[in-house]
Amino acid sequence: MSDVAIAGVGIHPFGRHKGVTALQMATVAARAALADAGMKWSDIQYAVGGSFEVDNPDAMVAFMGLTGIDFNNVYNGCATAGSALSLGVAAIRSGRYERVLVVGMDKHPTGAFTSDPTGYACPAWYGEMGYFLTPKFFAMKINRYMHDHGISVETLGRVAAKNYRNGSLNPNAFRREPLTVEQIVGSRMVNYPLTQYMFCSPDEGAAALVLCRAEEAPRYTDSPVFVKAVEVRTRRYGAFEVHSPSAPVERVAAPTTDVARAAFEAAGIGPEDVDVAQLQDTDAGAEVIHMAEVGLCRDGEQEKLVADGATSIGGSMPINTDGGLIANGEPIGASGLRQLHELTLQLRGRAGERQVPERPRVGLAHLYGAPGTSAVTIVAR
Amino acid sequence: MPQRPIEDGLFTWPVPDPPNRAALIGARCADCRAVTFPASPGCPRCGADRMEAEDLPTRGTLYTWTTQEFLPKEPYAGPETAQTFQPWAVGYVELGDVLRVEGRLFDVDPAALDFGMELDVVVRPFTIREDGTEVFTFGFAPAAG
Ligand SMILES: [Zn+2]
Repeated sequence: MSDVAIAGVGIHPFGRHKGVTALQMATVAARAALADAGMKWSDIQYAVGGSFEVDNPDAMVAFMGLTGIDFNNVYNGCATAGSALSLGVAAIRSGRYERVLVVGMDKHPTGAFTSDPTGYACPAWYGEMGYFLTPKFFAMKINRYMHDHGISVETLGRVAAKNYRNGSLNPNAFRREPLTVEQIVGSRMVNYPLTQYMFCSPDEGAAALVLCRAEEAPRYTDSPVFVKAVEVRTRRYGAFEVHSPSAPVERVAAPTTDVARAAFEAAGIGPEDVDVAQLQDTDAGAEVIHMAEVGLCRDGEQEKLVADGATSIGGSMPINTDGGLIANGEPIGASGLRQLHELTLQLRGRAGERQVPERPRVGLAHLYGAPGTSAVTIVAR
Repeated sequence: MPQRPIEDGLFTWPVPDPPNRAALIGARCADCRAVTFPASPGCPRCGADRMEAEDLPTRGTLYTWTTQEFLPKEPYAGPETAQTFQPWAVGYVELGDVLRVEGRLFDVDPAALDFGMELDVVVRPFTIREDGTEVFTFGFAPAAG
């Protein structure tokens, strides 16, 4: 079984791009990743494309070149990029292919995501009642979490302010204006206790990775980053999850906790070894909860860690160094590959103004979304 | 005016008197005794497919809540427009020791909501459809005595 390396990364800036299609953005990201790896499109033997809005991500071959390769499309909610990467990594580990492109793209309309509830095993009345909304659930989850674990509204404001600050240092980010804690906490209430500037918004963008066998990596890059683990899990009975008309009182660990444990086990390391993390910050509360769920701290420790700046770029536990979803928005198919793009730059020591000091060795990327699906990827140099 | 519930088999219908005597209708697994709401054809806990209808407790305690401060997009079927929309509260209410059920919180100022407060299941008018049918739904309101 071959280990897998990231030979190249590419991104199309996230944000709003009138007149540019998702497939065109994906082409920009893929060409950038190929150039980064010093490969040609014809070197790629297998590709996986992830998207929510695009029916056929593989249609990008019309712009890349019709080479006839094995190209598969995936959608798995907010964990789409984790699933795409998992397939790409498996293709190399199994020995089936040696050079693989993983690409994610999306172009969402404005406003909260909406869909047909029955496609999420929810009854139609749940949508008619106005309950089929993710922000509302996340607000309820963090409201209870703050009560149980002593997290303040100021902490939510500090998390968002940190992500906007990091985004201001990222030329590919959607939101590049720093905001103060006061501006964030004082902005329009959306779902108590979450305000407008504590949320990410759906937007547009694309990101791509070129993968190769670890032994071949030196041919393509002088600073290879290795994929140590990539795992995907769904919720178990007793997890308190989005889009649930009811939830059992009996509680088990969240899918994020399950998938992080599986990823650490596969990688043979622990949370204490992580030098930089990208966590799903659909809202500021989600980043707080996910810090504990992936194992970076215990429930309640976030209050002091965030106040002390531990999660800032210069802190002991840097999180969402490129601004996360809050500053980049969430083009669903691309979001997780944006995280891997950032981790690769950080581990290479080439993240510019956002560079974590002392060049991190181990990075963790985490995705979470409806209806209770999570993915964790661990990379190391 | 003709009246109907938002969905058959979801709660006591017609509306009982007094209305806080309404019950939600769940289902209990014949094998592992897990309870679902709404009634599910299969057990999410053990995977069995023998589920029996069961009325849930009519009083519970507030587990968590939030406010909905913007008008939801479709498939929301409420009567409001962007001009008439007023924020509402929604929460999960723990009924007995088995299930937390999500629903609208009526008759209470959101600022007065608190963890653990006692709430009753209620059935309330929700909207009037184009054909003139008045649609009722369920929710929770502060416990009445
Ligand atoms: Zn069962």
